[in-house]
Amino acid sequence: MKRRHTVPLQRGWLVALLLVLILFLSILLPQLGILNLYLQQVIMYVGINIILTISLNLVNGYMGEFSVGHAGFMAIGAYVSSLLTVLVFPRSLGPFIFPLVLVLGGLAAALAGLMVALPSFKTRGDYLAIVTLAFNMIIKSVLENIDAIGGPRGFMGMSKLTNVAWVYIWVLLTVFAIRNFVFSSYGRGILSIREDEVAAELVSVNTRQAKILAFVISSFFAGVAGGLFAHVLQFINPRSFTILKSTDVLVMVYLGGIGSITGSILGASIYTVLLELLRPLGVWRWVVGPLMLVILMVTRPRGIFGLREARWLIPAEEVQADATATS
Amino acid sequence: MQFIIQQTLNALQLGSVYALIALGYTMVYGILRMINFAHGDIFMVSTYLGFFGASFLLGHALHLPGAVTFVLTLLVAMLGTSLLAVFIERVAYKPLRQAPRISAVITALGIGLVLENFTLATIGPEPRILPQVIPVINFNLGGVAVSTIQVVILAVSAAVMSILDTIVRKTMTGMAMRAISFDKSVVPLMGVPTDRIISITFALGSSIAAVGGTLYGIAYMIDPYMGIRIGWWAFISAVVGGIGNIRGAMVGGYILGFVEIFVAAFLPSTYRDFVVFALLLVLLVFKPTGIMGMPVVQQKV
Repeated sequence: MKRRHTVPLQRGWLVALLLVLILFLSILLPQLGILNLYLQQVIMYVGINIILTISLNLVNGYMGEFSVGHAGFMAIGAYVSSLLTVLVFPRSLGPFIFPLVLVLGGLAAALAGLMVALPSFKTRGDYLAIVTLAFNMIIKSVLENIDAIGGPRGFMGMSKLTNVAWVYIWVLLTVFAIRNFVFSSYGRGILSIREDEVAAELVSVNTRQAKILAFVISSFFAGVAGGLFAHVLQFINPRSFTILKSTDVLVMVYLGGIGSITGSILGASIYTVLLELLRPLGVWRWVVGPLMLVILMVTRPRGIFGLREARWLIPAEEVQADATATS
Repeated sequence: MQFIIQQTLNALQLGSVYALIALGYTMVYGILRMINFAHGDIFMVSTYLGFFGASFLLGHALHLPGAVTFVLTLLVAMLGTSLLAVFIERVAYKPLRQAPRISAVITALGIGLVLENFTLATIGPEPRILPQVIPVINFNLGGVAVSTIQVVILAVSAAVMSILDTIVRKTMTGMAMRAISFDKSVVPLMGVPTDRIISITFALGSSIAAVGGTLYGIAYMIDPYMGIRIGWWAFISAVVGGIGNIRGAMVGGYILGFVEIFVAAFLPSTYRDFVVFALLLVLLVFKPTGIMGMPVVQQKV
């Protein structure tokens, strides 16, 4: 019994050590010029997509709802954080206040998430899909009609504040936050909503509150991802955040597998890198990519890692409980 | 006044197309509880089938009367589109009947992207215009311009919609469709061939979309991206009317047509999306199941 307890503990240290090592590498490698700018950019997009995918997976995978407007929250985060770095804070402070700016962008997106969640969780089923779709379209339309932030021409002037290390840190924070949320008692409430909402309510899960909470957390991280995205590209316009962008995130979620953080990391990485590798195909890559998605869905409807989790992401007590249950 | 009548006419024209496409969304949803996101792109493919059909018929100087060419174009588009839709249903959706409901929706999204980008890659992004299938004659009725195109669009869509309504209400196939949408697990026990009925639903829905596609093609420019925009609008029409309800989809289509045309007439056209989706949200708050949708019996503790 004693030995069992120490094994996960050692594993935890190992993971922590590995993560710190990667952090140093993520700072060092670009500095030493080992990673060229193109590779850095691809890595940053992978990271941003991981954040988007995990956060959407919370709503669509763990909670079993169907939100299709994730790009709308991303847009809010992107615009708020860009406006803050360009117009509000002095440029020289940029690198220091960047985390704060991202959090503020995330909070703005979370507020929008709250406004979407309040009316739409009154009914169940496909209405969240329609409301989030409408929200995505409205955000794009509003951004196009405000001339002060560039309207349809877009907004620029951000410094390139996002780097590999920052993206990496935010990916870690997202994984940490969502993983702990999912394994908390709130998270279990959310899982029970997916399985059976009526039963969840019977065991006194406050379903409405749990749904709203999960949706707001999801929107927050989408906003952060938007802020990171804006400061990689240094140029944003409303057309970057259309329903097509939301579709991309959906594809990554279901490719990786619902209800799985490991799956989200895999799905986002595979999809982003694959589309990058297919670049020589030109327009045809947009035929090949979705076609592979269709084939994967038909042969493996739950995605690559659906409803499963890599071992190092599961809390030690849980692994132990599993082991005792099976033995 | 003439302005209003003119805009009403334009709205009816556009609304007819939305209604025809919305029918496909609503029929599939009614029977499979699945949002068929590929439907907009199936509509897009149908306009290209109409385009090639019409170009072939006119290019070979067959000297057919205008009406015959039009009907043949329509039939080519309808046949091709329904074959495509049934093929997609068999290959991509049928294996997922038992899978989580969302898997099929994601597959449909993927199919839509494949169709759109395949068209883009093979035919090219440039907007095209259908060759003149029906002779365009403009009448002037007291200051209101009416063209033969408008008359044809309104008449053909009204005819198609009433035929569909009859099929669903009066025939055995229609009865089977309504039965499946009512209870999917019991109906096969009554000897209804569910798979065949589902295929027929896809074929019907997509050939109606093909009618919409051909009509759209004779009035407006076509390009590979239109499947997304018009598809989403038609989907919203189906939701506004009450998804799953056939007459609701028709009503919803015309409502969206009116909103789009009248917003564009009185406000800058960039406000169009905003107004439509804001109206949609307001409607959903007060009537979550759409105008003609059945009230959802909510499970409550």
